[in-house]
Amino acid sequence: MKKKILIVDDEPNIVMSLEYTFKKQGFEVFIARDGSEALEILKHHIPNVILLDVMMPNVDGYQTLTHIKNMDSLKATKVVFLTAKNKASDIEKGLKLGADKYLTKPFSVKKIVSEILELVT
Amino acid sequence: MNNYLLVIIIVMYLAVLFYIAFLAEKKRQSKWVNNPYVYTLSLAVYCSAWTYYGSVGIAANSGINFLPIYLGPVIAAPLWIVVLRKIIRISKQHKISSIADFISLRYGNSRFLGALVTIVCLFGTLPYISLQLKAVSETFEIMSDDTSYVSTTVIDDSTFYVALLLAIFATFFGTQNADASEKHKGIIATVAFESVLKLVFFLAIGIYVTFYLFDGTTDIYNQISVTENFKQLTTLSGIEDGFNWFFLIGLSFMAIFLLPRQFQVSVLENNREKHLKKAIWLFPLYLLLFNLFVIFIAWAGKLTFGETQNSEYYSLLLPLENRNSFLATLVFLGGFSAVISMVIVSTLALSTMVSNNLIIPYGFLEKFIKNQPERNSKYIKNIRRISIFTIIITAYFFYVIFSKELSLYSIGLISFVIISQLGPSFFIGLYWNRGSSKAATIGILVGFFIAIYTLILPFTLQVYTGTDNFTQFGLFGISALKPYALFGIDFLSPPAHAFFWSMTFNIMSYLVFSLTSKGNYRERNYAEMFVDSNNFTTLQDSALVWKGEAHVADIKNVLIRFLGEKRATRALKIFFTKYKLPQDTQLADARLINFSEKLLTGSIGSASAKILIASVVKEEQISLVEVLKILEESKENIVSNKVLLEKSNELSKLSSKLKDANEELLTKDKQKDEFLDTVAHELKTPITGIRAATELLMDEDDEMPKDIKAQFLKNILQDSDRLGRLIHNILDFEKLETGRLHLDMQYQDLQKTIAKAISSISQIASKKEVKIINNNRHSFKTNYDEDRILQVLTNLLSNAIKFCNPKIGQIIVDLKLGNALVEISVSDNGKGIPEEDQDYIFDKFYQSKHQNTIKPEGSGLGLAITKQIVEKHNGKIWVKKDVKKGATFVFTIPFK
Repeated sequence: MKKKILIVDDEPNIVMSLEYTFKKQGFEVFIARDGSEALEILKHHIPNVILLDVMMPNVDGYQTLTHIKNMDSLKATKVVFLTAKNKASDIEKGLKLGADKYLTKPFSVKKIVSEILELVT
Repeated sequence: MNNYLLVIIIVMYLAVLFYIAFLAEKKRQSKWVNNPYVYTLSLAVYCSAWTYYGSVGIAANSGINFLPIYLGPVIAAPLWIVVLRKIIRISKQHKISSIADFISLRYGNSRFLGALVTIVCLFGTLPYISLQLKAVSETFEIMSDDTSYVSTTVIDDSTFYVALLLAIFATFFGTQNADASEKHKGIIATVAFESVLKLVFFLAIGIYVTFYLFDGTTDIYNQISVTENFKQLTTLSGIEDGFNWFFLIGLSFMAIFLLPRQFQVSVLENNREKHLKKAIWLFPLYLLLFNLFVIFIAWAGKLTFGETQNSEYYSLLLPLENRNSFLATLVFLGGFSAVISMVIVSTLALSTMVSNNLIIPYGFLEKFIKNQPERNSKYIKNIRRISIFTIIITAYFFYVIFSKELSLYSIGLISFVIISQLGPSFFIGLYWNRGSSKAATIGILVGFFIAIYTLILPFTLQVYTGTDNFTQFGLFGISALKPYALFGIDFLSPPAHAFFWSMTFNIMSYLVFSLTSKGNYRERNYAEMFVDSNNFTTLQDSALVWKGEAHVADIKNVLIRFLGEKRATRALKIFFTKYKLPQDTQLADARLINFSEKLLTGSIGSASAKILIASVVKEEQISLVEVLKILEESKENIVSNKVLLEKSNELSKLSSKLKDANEELLTKDKQKDEFLDTVAHELKTPITGIRAATELLMDEDDEMPKDIKAQFLKNILQDSDRLGRLIHNILDFEKLETGRLHLDMQYQDLQKTIAKAISSISQIASKKEVKIINNNRHSFKTNYDEDRILQVLTNLLSNAIKFCNPKIGQIIVDLKLGNALVEISVSDNGKGIPEEDQDYIFDKFYQSKHQNTIKPEGSGLGLAITKQIVEKHNGKIWVKKDVKKGATFVFTIPFK
């Protein structure tokens, strides 16, 4: 079965690179531009992993994760923050909320791929 | 059964009770003693010998009339969750130790009212205790086979010795602690145990009679239904009987709250409020079970004995008649249990009242003040012990003189009617803060005398004079004053009749005097505390308007006499810490007075506590005039202190200025941090895009489709532009904000600048097919920095284009002359700016929640820079409110 990934980010150029990369790795890719779009998608799909930006309009990354943690259907889904916020306090907050990993921007595509694969296999 | 055997059984049974009480006292904290079941079972002290034997008698003689006595409590039970909980809370807050304490405290700690309530309770309970003794004596007689057993003197009478044993038991476990508000776990445990016994034994005899002696309920019914007066036993006869029922239900409704023993178990011995939740259904269930077989035992007795025996003891006579002395013994013990529980809890409650509300406040206080602490607590205990003995012995003599003539049932009802006189001041006072001490006293007195006139006087006169002239013809022969038919109401049974009239006058007096007389400040304060009990702490703290003088040392001395040096010192220490007062405070305030009174209340009752504390406090009654005077005085003080006040105001102003400056610095720092954070984030975003796309292009040159490759390259270009723009803007903004930018002011034509701005942006506009209209072509010359104003206009125009819909988009630029300023506006017909955003869009990096633009185009600084430029020209910029469609930005440039 194809692994599924949900990319949540409001920067189209970044999303495009990630989308291309994970499609190539054989993932089925879903894209959301903010938290509320992501939650809408999550009503119908259960991805293996969610790549989550923090600073987004409407519902931000932290809020989105809180919602995700409350959804029973997503108990097995891994959540990875991918954000430009790299202060120690930000990272701690993200992990405390229950994220499986916290990766920062700018990123190396290869590194992201290996981190994600490590999580889902 | 042999007399001696019976005595041995009784003594053994008492030994078991002693042991249970002893165990429970030893393991006070155990779950076995502190649970809702023990609580509920202890409430069943309501079922005394009256229930155990009397109900059967009533059922045999007047049918289902035994029921209303249980319907009242059943109706009251659901209300407990509201009413009883409130009572429990208040009692705990004030360390109340009896119902007399409760009522006297509600009405401003009135000593007289406390004593009055105690006397009413004594009158109500003594006959009731004597009823229990009567039951013991008579059942003992039935059980013993010594037919010649007739007591001639007190020394011969076994009932006397039973009474003594009960007094010893109550003394031993009831006076372990001088503080009567402490729980009596031992007594409660035995009461609960006995409640189980009496129920089980009563059910056992019910089942035995119904299913063993007879062939089930139908059999008894079939046999009894053919007797002549059967119909009368099973129906209510008309409206009169309906009234009887109604009043009896009301009577027992009040009794379940007011009987001293019920107040003791349900309020004072309550451990946790949540136990009530179980009690409100379990207790009615207990009563239901108890009444299950009453009617069948009564009928079975009637069928077996006819009219030859006392119907109240059918449950004992039936097994004896059938030679089942074992079962009869069990029934006897069940009845004995009911008696013990009732007598012990009642005397415990009464002795506390007698000592705390009668003896101590009316005589022993002087003595206490002089005494040592250990001796005081010994004195208090001894007063209670003597009270217990006196009460039980008095009840015994009451029994010897009166009770032999009366049935259990009628004595029980007399007690209920007397106790119910406390009802109006108790219940109404709980919810109505106008109820006053005077009204309560008068209400209780009036009701009490009517109850005595209509209920007690008739039979006492009959016992003494041997005639029933009084009942027949009324006082002085006036028929309106007939004790059983006052003012011509002759259809009620004597208890219902007495209840009706006493209650009517009691309530009326209470209401009338409450409305016409106002209590003093102290009374009103307590009324407020009781009625608004949730608000207790605030009321307690603001205490009363209290005027007086007291030294902490004096109060401490009083406390030491009752609590001992150690406890008194600790209590004061806690008090000072709680209210953040220095430990060496010299003068006591109202809060300390209140606190000390409460501390003493448990030991000697609230009225005595008040008197004691008052003895060391120079308290002065406060009148309204004085209150006004106090206010006036403080006003004068304010005037004389005005100079001082001004100085201190100046100082505080200065310090608040310093504080503000400091805060401003702090916020500035914080803002700077936030700004840098955002800038870093904004810079990282395009770099991330560029880095990712480049990496992909480098690694995958062959497999990547051409169009995707082109798109990545385009993204890189776009992100690079964004980066460049961002850096430029940040530098620009920084320059503007720190004020390092100098404007190149020149006298020139604004119209030309507008035309320049429009033409510079026209390419982007036409791409989106958005029209730009310049409304006013008149030239207007003034001083400004053209490059910067051009930047403002371009920024506003490109924003407008961004938010316009393609093809139908239209932008209007207008220029108006105002008073010493020129106003330039840029309006579009796009989607507009939500009102909640309008105040913030000029902030740097503000992102609207509703914004949905394509990300790479904005820098988040455009409008912030625009604002800076306009303000640098001494102008203003804003978004026009209440625009029907689209957004309108307006900025002004002043001229001279």
